[in-house]
Amino acid sequence: MDILFEHGNFALLRDGFLQTVELSALAALLALLLGTLLAAFRVSPVPVLRAFGTVWVTAFRNTPLTLLFLAAVFTLPRLDVRFSPFTFAVLALGFYTAAFVCEVLRSGINTVPLGQAEAARSLGMTFGQTLRLVILPQAAKTVLGPMSSVFIALPRNSAIAGAFSVAELFQAQATLTDLGYPIALIFFWVALPYLTISASVGLLFHYLPQIVAAGGRLVRGLSERGTPVRTETVEANQ
Amino acid sequence: MSTSIVKDLAPGAAPLVVLDGVNKHFGALHVLQDINLEIAQGEVVVLIGPSGSGKSTLCRTINRLETVDSGTITIDGRPLPAEGRELARLRAEVGMVFQSFNLFAHKTVLENVVLGQVKVRKVPRAQAEAKARELLERVGVAAQADKLPAQLSGGQQQRVAIARALAMNPKVMLFDEPTSALDPEMINEVLEVMRNLAADGMTMVVVTHEMGFARSAANRVLFMADGRIVEENTPEAFFTAPRSDRAKDFLSKILHH
Ligand SMILES: Nc1ncnc2c1ncn2[C@@H]1O[C@H](COP(=O)(O)OP(=O)(O)OP(=O)(O)O)[C@@H](O)[C@H]1O
Ligand SMILES: [Mg+2]
Repeated sequence: MDILFEHGNFALLRDGFLQTVELSALAALLALLLGTLLAAFRVSPVPVLRAFGTVWVTAFRNTPLTLLFLAAVFTLPRLDVRFSPFTFAVLALGFYTAAFVCEVLRSGINTVPLGQAEAARSLGMTFGQTLRLVILPQAAKTVLGPMSSVFIALPRNSAIAGAFSVAELFQAQATLTDLGYPIALIFFWVALPYLTISASVGLLFHYLPQIVAAGGRLVRGLSERGTPVRTETVEANQ
Repeated sequence: MSTSIVKDLAPGAAPLVVLDGVNKHFGALHVLQDINLEIAQGEVVVLIGPSGSGKSTLCRTINRLETVDSGTITIDGRPLPAEGRELARLRAEVGMVFQSFNLFAHKTVLENVVLGQVKVRKVPRAQAEAKARELLERVGVAAQADKLPAQLSGGQQQRVAIARALAMNPKVMLFDEPTSALDPEMINEVLEVMRNLAADGMTMVVVTHEMGFARSAANRVLFMADGRIVEENTPEAFFTAPRSDRAKDFLSKILHH
């Protein structure tokens, strides 16, 4: 137990934990936005955009994350792109994860019958409306499981940032090892926060349908003044 | 047999839909070969022909679900633009009913009819709902308004699909084999809705092999084979005295079962 309360170790681990959470959250946000955009590119009718999406996914999904970090930290500064190691870490992790988000969304989109998009287009919906109002809501159910895997993996992947001057959890581990603490103890106190983060992400995804439904009810309740609120019966019919 | 509701069309009025020299290939396959076609306001045209002759493709080019390689398509005097918002807007004026209904599976029946009005036409929600209920009443499925499409019979789903298309106030309605996926006992409820629509003056292009419908509601029958319009005539003349060998051959096949 001593390890936690000596020599400011608690502060070291706490700061590492917060840094990991911040890095993961920012990278997740970037990955979600960019991944959705890339998925839209990949199913869009514009060949240039489709090609861009394909190249991105191929490049970032097949390059080891460590190499991406290396490239970000050592190559970009030579091209006069100067960010903090933390920013480089967010970009590398976000760009990498975006490729996976894109592919999860795209395979989800492919499970929705083509006729749904044709019906939407024939009503005069734009590409964006078709995707947002008709395709993605129907893809959501099949996407949820694989998407949760992607975002559970993200905080774990963020550990690589520790090797590139970001003072996150994994680097706290290196510091503690240098101080000569027993490896089993260190492992426990470093693994526990990672477990906590991943488990929280897993729980979030597990309850996402309920959270979204509740949010939807709230919005409809506010917008449909007077008329009774109808709840979606999609789940009930499964 | 129901009585004929075929309308007399005002002669000389500008045609609503014009296809001029339309060609389309799928790879090496020349699916539409030099199609020239004029459809008058209020006219009901039935497209008939063997499988693979290009009927669906022709239908789908009229609202640009398929692009064309050459030629022009004009709706109410305006040529169809290539892509983008302008095209989306014009598409809303051409209603389409599919063989497989294609109702939005995650939306209630009512929402299916409301969605396009609100998102494309920017109609206020309350007004869109009122119109949706009125249309569902008109096609006889008002009682199902709050159900999901999967809870309805095929015939009911297709009638909802017609209501959904009508909600956009289209100038012309395209039907691609609207009754082919239906059990026999449901075919008539859908054809009846279409007959009423025709009688109300809707301009319609209907791909169908339902001769009863063609005889009672169509002004003109177009017979397609190998990507060409081979023959066109009134339904009566076409079914009793087809001129081309292709049409004779085709009719003898569909009449014999
Ligand atoms: N997306 C496509 N890609 C390639 N070929 C296609 C495509 N759609 C249709 N075709 C081909 O074009 C030809 C015409 O097809 P179309 O669906 O228009 O025929 P149809 O007259 O509607 O036939 P059916 O009575 O079977 O519905 C067929 O040979 C078909 O195989
Ligand atoms: Mg067809």
